[in-house]
Amino acid sequence: MSTRYFGQRVERNIDPKLLRGEGAYVDDIPLTNALHAAFLRSPVARGKIKRIDVSAARAYPGVAAVYTYADIGPLDRPMPLLIPHPSMKNPKTQRPLARGEVFYVGQTIAMVVAVDRYVAEDAAALIELEIEPFAVEMDMEKAIADDAPLVHADVANNVAAAFVQTSGDPDGAFARAEHVTRITVQVDRSTAAPMECRAVAARWDEISGELTVWDGTQAPISVRGGLASIFELDEDKVRVIAPDVGGGFGQKVLLFYPDELLVPMAAMQLGRPVKYIEDRRENFLGSSQERTQIHTIELAAMKTGEVIGLRDSFLHDTGAFIPYGIAVAQVASTSIAGPYRIPNIWVEFKAVYTPTVQVTPYRGCGRPQACFALERAMDQLAEELGIDRFEIRRRNFIGEKEFPYERAGLLFADGLKVTLDSGQYAKALSLAAAQLDMADFAGEQEKLRADGKYLGLGLACYVEGTGLGPYEGGHIRVHPITGKVYVNTGLSTQGQGHDTVFAQIVADQLGVSPQDVIVVEGDTKAFDWGVATFASRAAVVSGNAIHKTAVTVRGKILQAAANMLEADIDDIELRDSAAWVKGSNRHASLAAIATASNPLRYAFNEAAQAATQFAPASKHDGPPLAEGQAPGIEATDYYSPSQSTWAYGVHAAIVEVDPALCTVKIRKYVCIHDCGNMINPTIVEGQVMGGIAQGIGGALYERLDYMPDGTLSNASLMDFLVPYATEIPPVSVLHLETPSPLNPLGVKGVGEAGCIAVGAVVASGVEDALRPLGDIKLRHVPLTPRMLSDALESVGI
Amino acid sequence: MKPPLFDYKAPTTIAEAVAMLAADPDAAVLAGGQSLLPAMNFRVANPSALVDIQHVQGLNGISIDKGEIAVKAMVRHRELELDVAVQRANPLIAETLQHVAHVPIRNRGTVVGSLCHADPSAEMPLLFVLLGGTLAACGPAGTRTIAAEDFFTAFLTTARAHDEIVTEARLPVLPEGAGWAFDEVTRRHGDYALVGVGCVVALAADGTVETIRLAACGIADRPVRLKASEAALQGTQLAAADLDKAVALSASAVTTPDDMNTSAAFRRRALGALIRRLVAKAAARAKPKEQP
Amino acid sequence: MRGKIKPALPERSEDPRVTVSLTVNGEPVARTVSVRMLLSDFLRHELGLTGTHVGCEHGVCGCCTVHIDGKAARSCLTLAVQASGSEVRTIESVAAGDGALHPVQQAFKECHALQCGYCTSGMVMNVLSRFEEPGALDLSDDGIRDMLSGNLCRCTGYSNIVTAVRRAAELLGRTE
Repeated sequence: MSTRYFGQRVERNIDPKLLRGEGAYVDDIPLTNALHAAFLRSPVARGKIKRIDVSAARAYPGVAAVYTYADIGPLDRPMPLLIPHPSMKNPKTQRPLARGEVFYVGQTIAMVVAVDRYVAEDAAALIELEIEPFAVEMDMEKAIADDAPLVHADVANNVAAAFVQTSGDPDGAFARAEHVTRITVQVDRSTAAPMECRAVAARWDEISGELTVWDGTQAPISVRGGLASIFELDEDKVRVIAPDVGGGFGQKVLLFYPDELLVPMAAMQLGRPVKYIEDRRENFLGSSQERTQIHTIELAAMKTGEVIGLRDSFLHDTGAFIPYGIAVAQVASTSIAGPYRIPNIWVEFKAVYTPTVQVTPYRGCGRPQACFALERAMDQLAEELGIDRFEIRRRNFIGEKEFPYERAGLLFADGLKVTLDSGQYAKALSLAAAQLDMADFAGEQEKLRADGKYLGLGLACYVEGTGLGPYEGGHIRVHPITGKVYVNTGLSTQGQGHDTVFAQIVADQLGVSPQDVIVVEGDTKAFDWGVATFASRAAVVSGNAIHKTAVTVRGKILQAAANMLEADIDDIELRDSAAWVKGSNRHASLAAIATASNPLRYAFNEAAQAATQFAPASKHDGPPLAEGQAPGIEATDYYSPSQSTWAYGVHAAIVEVDPALCTVKIRKYVCIHDCGNMINPTIVEGQVMGGIAQGIGGALYERLDYMPDGTLSNASLMDFLVPYATEIPPVSVLHLETPSPLNPLGVKGVGEAGCIAVGAVVASGVEDALRPLGDIKLRHVPLTPRMLSDALESVGI
Repeated sequence: MKPPLFDYKAPTTIAEAVAMLAADPDAAVLAGGQSLLPAMNFRVANPSALVDIQHVQGLNGISIDKGEIAVKAMVRHRELELDVAVQRANPLIAETLQHVAHVPIRNRGTVVGSLCHADPSAEMPLLFVLLGGTLAACGPAGTRTIAAEDFFTAFLTTARAHDEIVTEARLPVLPEGAGWAFDEVTRRHGDYALVGVGCVVALAADGTVETIRLAACGIADRPVRLKASEAALQGTQLAAADLDKAVALSASAVTTPDDMNTSAAFRRRALGALIRRLVAKAAARAKPKEQP
Repeated sequence: MRGKIKPALPERSEDPRVTVSLTVNGEPVARTVSVRMLLSDFLRHELGLTGTHVGCEHGVCGCCTVHIDGKAARSCLTLAVQASGSEVRTIESVAAGDGALHPVQQAFKECHALQCGYCTSGMVMNVLSRFEEPGALDLSDDGIRDMLSGNLCRCTGYSNIVTAVRRAAELLGRTE
C-alpha cells in the first residue's frame, strides 16, 4: 500500500485559493443585474403594529419593491418547526415578516429590494411605522411568574416546553446521601459572531423553471428540501449552493431565516437576481443567539466524595420563538453528569420565552452550560468535604472497564439513550496535572501577591456526544481523463477543512495523493442526500460514509486492474495514482483504468489509448457491460450511526487576577482532549483552539446586553467583545486517542470540544485566586469587571 | 450598514472649508474618518455634507518650537506616534498613543479629529487635558486659541463652533526632568478605556513633589483633571497617607453611571489603583532637580 | 414570470456621482461612482477584487484591511472618494503573477493559520504592512499578538497565526 495519510498533518488543499483572496463567498459571486435587499426591523421588543406605510419607500428612486406580510402571499405563515418534541405545548415560530405584532427588537417587518444596499437602507428608513409597545419581562426567573407579561398570549407563564428526565433512583440516592451540595449558576447569552455574516442570493431561470440559491448555510440539502416544499417546486428544480462560507458555529444551520425564503421569492417575482448580505448589526439583531441558562444543581455524595445522585433544575432561554425545538436544552440535560458515574439523575428544564432573538445552537449547544453547572458544583463539593479538586474527580470518573456506560432515561438529541462508549478519563486528568507543572506554584503565588496580583488554578472536565445520525453519504468517481478522484458528500464546510480531511481518507484507499482528491460538497447538484454540518458529526458520519465508499471503489479498481494487467487480484497494489503488479514495473494509471471501465469510450486521449493496450477491464463472456455492472469507477454509499460516540477532555488553567483593576489574565492553559482516532491532527488542533478562544470569549468577554425594555445595547463588535489575539493566551493541546468502537474509522467528533469547559475553568481559577481575600464564589459567566468588583466589595475589599 | 447620502466637498484652502461649514449647519468635517464613518455606517450620524479637509493646504506636519509640539489637523495618530523628535520632546505622547485603537486605525485617524470628537473614554482628549495643550480654531471671524481646560464642555461636545476648523493642536513638551506615565484598564487590547489615567510629575531635589498633573478618562462625560488629588500630593513625599488621601479625593470625580458591565464603584476602585501605580511610575522616571 | 408583463425595474441609483482616480495594485483606475460608496465596496464590486472582505463596517474586525499609500487601513472606514489620488493595495497583489504564494501566505499555509479564510486577507495585509514598516519587529508571543490585535478571527483561536508570523519572519530572513 502507499503512504498512509490518515493521521498525518497534511496541509490543506483549499489554502492557496483562500490566501490569494480567490475564495468565493456569497457576496463575491457575480450576479449580473442583481437587486439588493434590506430589512426594516422592529425597534420595539414586544408590541402591536398600529400602522405601517411603505408608500414613501416604494416611491424612492432606485427601489424595485417593498414587501410587508400582506405582499408575500402564501409565505405569510409561521416558518417550520424543525424538531418537534412532545415537551412543547403550542410551539411558536416566527413569520417571515411580522404580521400584527412584533416579538423582539430586530424582527423583520418589511423587506426593501433596490438597486443597491445603500438605496435599500435609505428606503427602509422611510417606512412609517407605529407600534404600540407592550410590557416586557427580560429576566427569565421573573418571566415564568404568574403575573409576568406574556411573549405569546396563549402560552402560560412563558413556558415553551417543560421536560423532566430521570435515570436510576435519584430520590433514593438523595435520601441516603451523607452530604448534599447545592448551588445556582448562570451562563449569559452570546452569539456565534462568525466573521462572515449570513448571506443569501437567488436567481430564478424562468425558461428552465430552476431556482438557484447561494446561501452561506451549514445545511444546503435541508434548505433545498424546505424551499422546494414551500415554493411547491420539484426538488430537482431547486439548487442550493453553499459556496465558501466564512464560519458558521451553528448559527448558519437554522432554516429558515426570513431572508432565506423572501430572497428567492423576490427573485422569482421580479425576474432579476436578488442578494441579501446581512450586515453585522443585523447579525446581532436577527441571527440566532444562545447560552442563557440558570441551573440549580445538587450533588448527593458520600463523605468519600463519591457522587451518588444529581438533581438539576434549569431555565433555558429560548428567545421569542422555538423553531429548533428543545435541542439546546436537551443536549445540556443529557450532558449534565459529565464523565462521572453518578448513577442516579433527575434533570428538569423549562424552556422560557423572552422577547429576544430566537435561540438555536451555537457551538457547544448546551454542553458549556451543563459543564459549568456540574463542574462548579464539583468544586464546591470538594471544598465542603475537604477533598482535593483533582482527587474528587478521579474518584467519580467512569473507569475504562466500565464502558459502554449507559444512562437509562436520558435521551440524547438523536432520541437515543445516552451511552458513553469509551474513554480514558483518569489518564486525561493525570496528563493535565502533569502538563500544568505546578511544582513552583505556591512560590509564584507569593511573588505575585507582593505586587497585588493573585494566582489561581482552574480545572474542569467535559464530555461531548458527537457523530449523531441520521446519516450522511459519500460519492466517489475516478475521472477518466485526469485520473483525479472526485468526492462528494452532503455537507458544507465553513473552515473545517473537509476538502483535505476527506481527501486523506480516500487517498489511503486508492493510493493517490490527497492533492489529487477533489472534494466537492455544499452543492445539491453535486450530491443531495444528507443532512448538514453541525453537532460535531462531519468526520464521524461523512468520514465513515466516504470511507465505506472508498473501500468499494478500491475494490473496483483492483478488479479492473487485475483484468487489465492479467494478474491475480491479490498481486495488485495501488500507489502513485496507479495500479501495480507487485514486484514488477507493470502498471496501469487510474485514468486508464477509469477510461477502460467505460467500454464506450473512443480513444481520444492518452489514457484511452493506453486502455486499449491492456486486456479489457471487465473480463468475462457476454456484453461489455455485464448485468449488474456500472460503467466507470464510481460508487455511492452511506453511513448511519447506531448512536452517538462520546468524546471528552480535561481543561486546566492558571489565571492571574488583579483585584484592584478587576482584570483576569490567563497565564497558562492546558487542554487534554480525546476525539478518538484523528484524521488530521493539525486540523483537530485548529478546531480545539478555535473552540477554546470562543470559550474564553464566553468566560470573560462576550455577553449580549439586553436592556430592561428589550433593546440590545451592544449590537456591534465594538461593544460585543469578541477576543483579539491579545486576549487569548498560548495553549497546550495534548491528544489522547482512544478509538471509538462504534465506527470503522474509530473517530469521534471534535468541532465543539474546545469551548465546553472554558467557562468552568476560568471561574474555578479566579475563585481559587481570590480565596486569600475571602469567601468569594463565582457562578456566573462571563465574568465582568463589575461582577469582580461587587464580589470583592462583598468581602470588604 | 451603508452611510446615508451627503454632499461631498473637497476644499483646498482653510477659508473655503470654513465657508462651507458656515453655509451649512448640518455639515461635518471629514479628516481621518475613523470616528465619523462608523457613526455614519450605523446611521447615527447624518450630516448633510462632508467637508473633506485632507486636500486643504497647510494642514500637514508636526513642528516643535518654543516648548510646544504643534500638530496640524491632518496629522495621523501613527505619524505623531512614530515621530522621533516628539518621542524625545515628550515621551508621554507615544506611550499614550499606543493605547489608541489599533495601528490601521491610527494610520488614518487624526489627533485633532480625536480631540474634536471628544469621546470621554478616549486617550487623546485625556492627554490634551493632562498636558494643558491649546488648539487653534479658525472660523469666519478669524483664528482663536482654545485652552484644553475650556475645550471639552459636555458629552461629545466641545467649544469648537460649528463653523470653525481646528487647524492645529499644540502640546507642551515635557518639562525638564519631569516624570510621566499613562495606563488604562480596558476589556480588550485597543478598546476605549474603562478608566484611563495620565500623570506628569516634577520632583524637587529632596524628592518632594514640585508640580504634579493628574487626569483621567472614562470616569465622567469628558476627561477630568483630578485637581483635588493633585493638591493632596503637591509638596509631599508621596507617602502612603498622601496617596490614600489623593485616591479618596478622586472618588467624587467618577460620575459615569453604572451599566451592565461596569459600575461607578468599579471605576473608583480602578481609578484609585491607577493613580497609585502611575504616580509611582512617573515619580520613578522623574529626575529630581539638582541642588543649586 | 412567463406570460406576465416584465415589471419596469430601476437599473441604477440616483446618488450624485463622483469620479475616483487612484492606483490599485499598481494599475491606474478611474471610475465614476456614488459619492458615498465605501472603498471596500468600490474594490469589491466596482473593480471585482473580492479578496477584500467585509465583516463589520465599523472598523473593529479588520477583515477589510488594505494598504493605502503603503499603510494598513480599514477600507470600510474610507470613502472611495477619499482614496482618490492614493495608491491602494489589496490581497490580490500579494502572490506572484504566476500564483506563487508570498512568504507570508506560505507561512500561513504551513502553519494552518486559516480555517474559513474570511479574516485571512485582512490578516495578511496587516502582517505584511508591519513587516514592510521600518523598525524592529517584536517576535515574542506578546509582540506578535500585539501586532495581530485589531484583526478578529473566530475560527483559529490565533495560536497558529502567531506561529505563522514567526515562520514568515524566518522565511523573510527577519530575526527582528
